[in-house]
Amino acid sequence: MSKLYLARNPRVAARSLDGEMMIMSGRDSTLFTLNKTATILWQAADGATPLDEIVQKKICVEFDVEPTIALQDAETLARDLASHEILQVSEQPIIPPNTSPGDAR
Amino acid sequence: MPELITDLETLTLVIEVGGMPIRIHTTSPDFVDLLRDRYAGFISASERAEVEFDVDLMEPGEPNPDADVRVTQQQGRWSLRRGDFRAEWEPALRHGWIRQTANPYSIDCVLRIVHTLLLARQGGLLLHSASAIRNGKAFLFAGVSGAGKTTISRLAPSDVTLLTDEISYVRRQGDGGYVAFGTPFTGELAKLGENVSAPVAALYLLAQGPENRIDPVPAADAARSLLGNVLFFAEDEELVQSAFHAAVEFASRVPVLRLTFLPDARVWELIR
Repeated sequence: MSKLYLARNPRVAARSLDGEMMIMSGRDSTLFTLNKTATILWQAADGATPLDEIVQKKICVEFDVEPTIALQDAETLARDLASHEILQVSEQPIIPPNTSPGDAR
Repeated sequence: MPELITDLETLTLVIEVGGMPIRIHTTSPDFVDLLRDRYAGFISASERAEVEFDVDLMEPGEPNPDADVRVTQQQGRWSLRRGDFRAEWEPALRHGWIRQTANPYSIDCVLRIVHTLLLARQGGLLLHSASAIRNGKAFLFAGVSGAGKTTISRLAPSDVTLLTDEISYVRRQGDGGYVAFGTPFTGELAKLGENVSAPVAALYLLAQGPENRIDPVPAADAARSLLGNVLFFAEDEELVQSAFHAAVEFASRVPVLRLTFLPDARVWELIR
């Protein structure tokens, strides 16, 4: 299974309020509220940390869940968030748009 | 040989809402009179202007004020259009133009849009809400159409100063607080607000019910409700994000409460 990398879409606005992560699409003003798992993915989505590592270090620590199932669920959730243009998902590390390729090395 | 071209005198008028003066230039004395009447109490002698608009009055045609408003930005120039007007505005030059017929509704819509754009960059908001001052504090009453904005405005006792029954004007202050200003933007009450301001003490989400009561609203719910009441027109990602942050910031700093009320004057006993 290939690794997946997640990055926050820079075209959305995000704020945490009373522990709830609220996201608004700059494109069409749609408002999303993330659940706890989606919030973990959002906060860990730095473009460099692979999803399996996020699941192992963040999700499995937070929830009593079997790692293989947690990874499958997390991948489904990440792709769902990507379909709403909240996250970017790639099989390669994702370089933030304001850095040059050389910055990632 | 008779003169073929006559210079028309340009007349100016400053309409100041929320401490933001907007200067209007026109060659029509009748239009100036119309604006003086429409914005009575909000005409200013300010030398300063946030924006200056040249108004080009068209002959009456078949305008369609019910058409959708479109507000777009390209290369630093805002374009505003609806069936009954077209306008452009370049913030860097603080100058723009409006093309419309001689009516107060078109320019009113332009002014509302321009104020939302000016406020968005400063953390301020135009909200679908009534607002009023009591005991030196401003209270906002938000809700969808029919929730009771006009009713609560109409029930206000004599010691209450009405700022608006429809569109509240909120600016952020340096200390992190917010100030609400009176506006000429009216709703069903058709009564201009008083041109005064006061620090915002609370925002009430209106609901009509069997008793008068106030209940707390969790901050995230408050932000969601607030976002549904922010007046915003622009198809612009950066400004959508600014409006989102402004609404969430407001909800995190100002008490947001649910006000369930019977439609009689006793509800104002709870608001002090």
